[in-house]
Amino acid sequence: MDFIEVRTESFAVAEEFAALRAHNRSDGACAMFVGSVRDFNAGAGVSGLALEHYPGMTQKNLQRIVADARSRWELGRVRLLHRVGPMAVEEDIVFVGVTSSHRQSAFAACHYIMDRLKTEAPFWKLESGDAGDTWVAARDSDRQALEKWQ
Amino acid sequence: MIKVLFFASLRARLGTAEYRLQNFSGSVDELRAHLGEQNPKWQAPLMAADIQAAVNREMASATTSVADGDEVAFFPPVTGG
Repeated sequence: MDFIEVRTESFAVAEEFAALRAHNRSDGACAMFVGSVRDFNAGAGVSGLALEHYPGMTQKNLQRIVADARSRWELGRVRLLHRVGPMAVEEDIVFVGVTSSHRQSAFAACHYIMDRLKTEAPFWKLESGDAGDTWVAARDSDRQALEKWQ
Repeated sequence: MIKVLFFASLRARLGTAEYRLQNFSGSVDELRAHLGEQNPKWQAPLMAADIQAAVNREMASATTSVADGDEVAFFPPVTGG
């Protein structure tokens, strides 16, 4: 069972965890990742950011990533939420939650989904802060992180 | 007609989010060159080595073919998550 959503509103991690666990007796493991807006990047102070995406492509791309995770591991439920629009420091941007009968699959799938999302899903960050408005540059380390799944 | 979309820093540099053109068929890279010829100010930002493309909302390569009715997007490397 997959729940994949791109939205402007914030999300509550407790509610997401509850949705992953409710009436789910066969999965003993749940791994979750939350990515949030931090107050620095490339040495400059950041006060907030605006997240842009490619509406027609994003949902399809996230569905493919989750489907690929399911083909690699035995998974129960997957919840993937990503926010777009303006966000302040400390606000949560992305949530990935995965249940499975065993922890190895849950950990690995959660990690895999984030690594793919970071390099493939059509989202872009415009940060505002000390340096004015700056488009965030992609990192080589994100691309390298993907290599371990090949 | 081909619908061309630009995102993020590329959209900001070109000063436009959407462009429509008639009578084109060729590869993604040929479309890029064609757009640069039609709009000389777009040449440098569009030709930047890190610019990626999607055709009909699927990631595309330089040689992916583009035909009438397609939606093509150009954008910098993604930075979500």
